[in-house]
Amino acid sequence: MQDGAGCATMECMSTPLFRVQHLHKRYGDAEVVKDLSFEIEPGECLGVIGPNGAGKTTTIRMCLGLTAPDNGSVEVMGLHMPRDALAIKAQLGVVSQFDTLDPDFTCAENLLVYGRYFGMKDAAIRARIPQLLEFASLTSKASAKPGELSGGMKRRLSLARALVNDPRLLLLDEPTTGLDPQARHLMWERLQLLLQQGKSILLTTHFMDEAERLCTRLLVLDHGRKIAEGKPRDLIARHLEPDVVEVYGNGALALVDSPLRNMAARVEVSGETVFFYTSDAASLLSALGAHTQLRTLHRPANLEDLFLKLTGRQIREDA
Amino acid sequence: MTNESVWRAPRLSLRFWPVFLRNLLVWRKLAIPSLVGNIAEPLMWLVAFGYGMGALVGQITVDGAQVPYILFLASGSICMSAMQAASFEALYSAFSRMHVQKTWDGIMNAPVGLDDIVMAEMLWAAFKSLFTVTAILGVMLALGISHSPKLLLAWPILLGVGITFSCMALVFNALAKGYDFFTYYFTLFLTPMMFLSGIFFPLDQLPVAVRVVADWLPLSNAVALVRPLFMDQWPAHVLRHALVLVAYATVAFWVALALTRKRFRR
Repeated sequence: MQDGAGCATMECMSTPLFRVQHLHKRYGDAEVVKDLSFEIEPGECLGVIGPNGAGKTTTIRMCLGLTAPDNGSVEVMGLHMPRDALAIKAQLGVVSQFDTLDPDFTCAENLLVYGRYFGMKDAAIRARIPQLLEFASLTSKASAKPGELSGGMKRRLSLARALVNDPRLLLLDEPTTGLDPQARHLMWERLQLLLQQGKSILLTTHFMDEAERLCTRLLVLDHGRKIAEGKPRDLIARHLEPDVVEVYGNGALALVDSPLRNMAARVEVSGETVFFYTSDAASLLSALGAHTQLRTLHRPANLEDLFLKLTGRQIREDA
Repeated sequence: MTNESVWRAPRLSLRFWPVFLRNLLVWRKLAIPSLVGNIAEPLMWLVAFGYGMGALVGQITVDGAQVPYILFLASGSICMSAMQAASFEALYSAFSRMHVQKTWDGIMNAPVGLDDIVMAEMLWAAFKSLFTVTAILGVMLALGISHSPKLLLAWPILLGVGITFSCMALVFNALAKGYDFFTYYFTLFLTPMMFLSGIFFPLDQLPVAVRVVADWLPLSNAVALVRPLFMDQWPAHVLRHALVLVAYATVAFWVALALTRKRFRR
């Protein structure tokens, strides 16, 4: 849809689902978000990735009108933040980083009470509750309170709650943080289902496999700035060599100063492991065969490599 | 697009109603135990002090009229109960929802603004206080402490007392970092005010300087309105007392709103 296909009129092209322009936010001396612009096309899942403190949550808060930007604009379906905040939120579904479920209510009551905030009639909400619970795989837990649910169930209830008003666009802030693999896969499956139904998603995440699997397009933030944008596969092809050979074991670090180094386009060291980024893994691997004490892992370059290349391997102070 | 002032005029709408309903639904599940807690203590005080002290004190002179001590105490302590019920709800319970459970954050992701949430909490605490007060009034009627038909008028006034103290408590809710903070409010503000508002003893025996302060306390103005109704009389200076309460409520609500906006602005 990048060329506007499917949009018959100019008006359609000029009012995207979601458009952020030149967003700027500072707290005191710290510039948290710097000149950030992006758009979300209908049916798209846009992933925002970046280290802790990169400005992801501040960006989400500005998108929701909870934090006022110092500069720039947020436009959703032709409406403007923060002036039309309530009208915009009526058409959004939000899952925040931390669950805000009502502990005193059952799952069904949580959905009912949340639907009322959208001005929905009780009868209309009650009619939706069974399908929302079904979607969240919580039908058997309709009368359970959040305290009785697992972490994954709570996140799915939060997702179901965000869907109560049948929104076109979902804003999800780290929806799978803290979940075990089974719960995470179930969440991914549900999000993919929503994308198939034509919903659009803005997602922040720390998990590169999640970003690669779900997102049509990615935005890499660091120090409040957009440092890369594109489809996951394109980004990897643009910034990285296709293959990675990880070498560890006794004497691995010495390889950095050996002639083997020239067999890779780029070499990185992290702890005791040496990473060779190369387009010719076969020759490198056969050369490494002579060093029997070393262990090697050969794999295609992935999003995590890209992320670390762009944002560095050092731990952030505020992480 | 710079930050708007936190002191801008309140933006209130009917969107507060689902938030109020939310609190009502939680409370309905816990109403009976919470009611017992809310009315048992004030009634024990009333009975123990009213009849125990009343036997020692006998009659007490209010505006030239002789009244039994229990009537004097009952008419003051009903105001105190309204104050305490509203304060407790707008401090501890509202803080739980705002800060601990992050209920307000969840609501703000839906089309409900912070101003409406604060108003819903204010009205909710006032409603809960009215409920407590109604139950205590019922027991007072059953005990035959007063049979004045004017008590019907005390009821809306006590709702106003609940609103005033809800607004004031929400100021401190907005400033709180934890529950401990509220102890200061109760021990440094509410408790001294109880003794300076003519609930347990008439104010005319206090030094003039103290009386001047006492005259402007919200609780003493509430008592000045409610006590004559218990005695089947009309309060004097109705407008002045009512205006003092309205002034406290209005200023406190505005300050509470501004400080809450500041807290959520981040």
